[in-house]
Amino acid sequence: RDFNERCAQCSEVNWGLTDGGRYYCRSCHNVTERTREIVNTDFMTNSRVQRISKGSRKQEKTDRVCEWYVCEGFQLVLKKQAEALEALGVCPQMKDEVLYNFWRCYLQKSKQAYCNRPAGETVKAVSVCESSTDGDSEPERSSLLHLLSLSESEGDLQTDCSFASSMSKVSESTSVYSGSVDGSLYLMKNQKEKLRMTMPMTLSFCYMSLLWLREPITLSELLRFVVEGHIPYLNVFQHFPEKMKLCGLDLKIFCVESWPVYEEVYNKMLELAAFLDLPRFPDITDSCFLHPDMLCIKYLMEANLPDELHNWTCRVVKKIGIGEVDFLTLVPGNKSTRKVKYDILAAAVIVVVLKLLFLLDDHYEWLLSDLAEERNKNNKEDGLYFEFKKWYGVVKHSLDVEQKKLDEERAKYLWRCEKPLFYSVKNKSKVLKRRQMVVNLQNQFGKLSGSLRRAEKPNPSSFQLSWSEENTDGSCFHGHSLKGILQEKCGLLTAMNPDYWLCTVKLCNEKLCGHLAHYREVDFPQSYHFVLRLFSFLLRIQPSYIHDEVCMIEHKLFNKKLYRKLKYNTVLRK
Amino acid sequence: SSHEHKVNFKKSKEACLSYIQDAMLRKQWKRAAEFLTFYVESLEKDYSREPIGPSEMIWRIGTEILCHHSHSSMKEFNCFMEQMKTLGVKRYLKVCLEHVFHLLCNGQIDEAYQNLSLAESWRFGEQTAIQDREMKLIQAYRGLLDYCSWAKQKNILLEHGPDGFADLSVEQEMHSYFRKAAVNLKEIIKIPGVWDLFVKCYVDLLEFYGDHNEACQVLNEYAYNSKFPANPNAHVYLYQFLKRQGESKKSLISALKILHDIVPSHELMIDFNTMLQKSKKRKKRRLGLEVIFAALDYAGWKENIRAWSCLARQVKQIVISEKHLDWIKQEWNSRKDWWPAFHFSRYLAKRNWQENKSLSYEKALVAGILLGKDCKYFKYVSHQGCKARVKRFRMLKKFVNRHSPVYPRISG
Repeated sequence: RDFNERCAQCSEVNWGLTDGGRYYCRSCHNVTERTREIVNTDFMTNSRVQRISKGSRKQEKTDRVCEWYVCEGFQLVLKKQAEALEALGVCPQMKDEVLYNFWRCYLQKSKQAYCNRPAGETVKAVSVCESSTDGDSEPERSSLLHLLSLSESEGDLQTDCSFASSMSKVSESTSVYSGSVDGSLYLMKNQKEKLRMTMPMTLSFCYMSLLWLREPITLSELLRFVVEGHIPYLNVFQHFPEKMKLCGLDLKIFCVESWPVYEEVYNKMLELAAFLDLPRFPDITDSCFLHPDMLCIKYLMEANLPDELHNWTCRVVKKIGIGEVDFLTLVPGNKSTRKVKYDILAAAVIVVVLKLLFLLDDHYEWLLSDLAEERNKNNKEDGLYFEFKKWYGVVKHSLDVEQKKLDEERAKYLWRCEKPLFYSVKNKSKVLKRRQMVVNLQNQFGKLSGSLRRAEKPNPSSFQLSWSEENTDGSCFHGHSLKGILQEKCGLLTAMNPDYWLCTVKLCNEKLCGHLAHYREVDFPQSYHFVLRLFSFLLRIQPSYIHDEVCMIEHKLFNKKLYRKLKYNTVLRK
Repeated sequence: SSHEHKVNFKKSKEACLSYIQDAMLRKQWKRAAEFLTFYVESLEKDYSREPIGPSEMIWRIGTEILCHHSHSSMKEFNCFMEQMKTLGVKRYLKVCLEHVFHLLCNGQIDEAYQNLSLAESWRFGEQTAIQDREMKLIQAYRGLLDYCSWAKQKNILLEHGPDGFADLSVEQEMHSYFRKAAVNLKEIIKIPGVWDLFVKCYVDLLEFYGDHNEACQVLNEYAYNSKFPANPNAHVYLYQFLKRQGESKKSLISALKILHDIVPSHELMIDFNTMLQKSKKRKKRRLGLEVIFAALDYAGWKENIRAWSCLARQVKQIVISEKHLDWIKQEWNSRKDWWPAFHFSRYLAKRNWQENKSLSYEKALVAGILLGKDCKYFKYVSHQGCKARVKRFRMLKKFVNRHSPVYPRISG
């Protein structure tokens, strides 16, 4: 409004304000660094905000415990995660501005803070009057009991059922059930409309911020860093300050016993973006890391495939328009467009290209490979032709080794930490005793393990598989040529392979059955399965998700032909 | 490989467990220990719905690893067991018992005794009643160790001899051990089960103090009470006891009868046959023949010279008397198809002759009667024997030739 500078990109003076409080040019969507001081009178009238920022004063007299709200806990979690991301090289804006503003906006919209009537206050009133009449307390109690007895898919944290009986006394304040003030409320009411915060959702926040800043970290990478321990997630509550006592229902909120799932984090991110009424995200252009052309380079390298394949991935991307800025950029709330999972998309493009060039029907690719091998035997000076068979052997070996390591790692995850978790003071001593015993046993058998205690977590790296051209054993295929499988037609390089088989003739309705197609290993050629397995490992997701994207790409690619004929199927299956 | 999508606590612990089991099967104890360190945190989670919880898993796996791992010591083992005892009250006595077994196997009798005494004094509400069986076992084993102490004292006393200084305190100790042992051993053998060791010790005690009636009763109960599982040893113990007591042949024979039914190949069958052969009653002699034939059906008896000599003696006696040839016929009927190859092949003839002439003698006698003088075995052995000018073989040849008309009546 009062910002009159010309936009650096398009020289217009047409400014809008992002929810992060920064000015952005409405013409070219250039986001500036200039922020506007947000003056919101609501702040002043909200005493609760003050409480959040200062912490409660009155608790000093007792045992250094303060009243804290669940959202404060999450705020701490987000802070830690952002710091970790910064340590990984993400720009500091992520933490100080983008994430923080998203979070504040969320708090506001969900009426947990920064607004006139925070939800917590009403709850308090409810619980006070509930306790006065025995009749009313029953349904309240039973629903809480029900909550606790329901074991979520992550597994329940109850260490003994006596907790249920310890809840028989409905006290004046809800703190009997949780260390936080509003823990019980948090879990109880159906908060669908308000998008209740969960631990996986913290990662949705992170990813959303990363996406906004177009940082070169994909969602699968982010989740991998979480699992590898570079980003706090499991047991992050250890870092809560001493005075924030965590017990009872807080455990259900903050303790995780499963690793976040890609789909879940992604979908929550979309929900969140819509909930916060965010505008169109900054454009994903072809110079962005997340653009399929760029990601394909990375994945081709990691998959040890020839660089020449990049031409082909770009061609496919261009042909079906998935490199377009409007396709790639996230517009929250727009239900009509299919949302883009950049990493899966890029991987799927590569798979399609491999199918285009090698067919991958368990016959043709080996045939081509034999031809290449012949040629390579007789002609060593002019650079090697790419041999599928050799590549398969090398990559499969490495993949098997890494997969085996990963499987063992998964069996070795330690979920609990030093900070004890207990529901109530009653079972605190039991929990502590157990913990002590666990530590003793770990020490005792650790000594018998022979090897040193597990090495510290590996350094975070973007590449899980690396291949060096300097290796003289010929295990790197980046520089190999595709000449053997290409031919020239009308001045254009095309594949020698004339055929293609579709993964599926008809796409399913994603909304109804959750997938575009249903992948079963036995239904498809082994080479295809191998390629899916490779990317499935790299992205740490199920092969079926990549398969879905492949189907989607194929249907775009062969759209016309599909439209014309009812059955386009030159399937060469066994 | 498992590409588990949703990796959660439960699944990763399941995977961990399968790695432990795999390592144990391959006897890779270091690796098993390594994975166990990652498994133990399962203790912090509630598994009350599972049939076997992590505490039991850890107890059993940990025990195995500590038993086999080269670097583990009894001290570590004991420390581990103490922790396991605190883990599950429902299993407390079982853990105690297994701990005691390990101590005993490692020769730590005193520690074992201490543990047993401690366990005996354990009380825990209704669990005490539920774990009654384990408690009885604990008391029984303590009784057993008391018996061992008693035996030690007894030997000391006997060494000094009747005229030597009978150390009064030793004697008193001995008696007190006897009392302690007797009380507990008596209790356990009341419960249907297989208590060979306890029974033997208890009977030993009773015999020493002259309470033969009680001993006899105990052994009879143990052998004949149908509630107890069928146990050949029970009959053996009873037989041995009766023999020691100088009981009549009649009772000895009846003691061995069931043993013959259960374990026809038992080594006592020779004694049994010997007694039966001598009996005046026809039925008993008939049974004797049955017994010795049945014993020789078993491969372990093929070269048992005593058995063959029993059979040879009885067959010879029947043939000479020319009475009850039908007994032989009956016994031979079911065996004539396979005994020739089993016992009387030419190969065996050669081998038996080479290795044990007496064995071949007895066998040749039986073969000559059952298969006739033209059978391979008899021909070979008697020929060899006569060639070597051994007198008894010449007698044997004469005998068989004289009684050769018997053969068709037997083989009929």
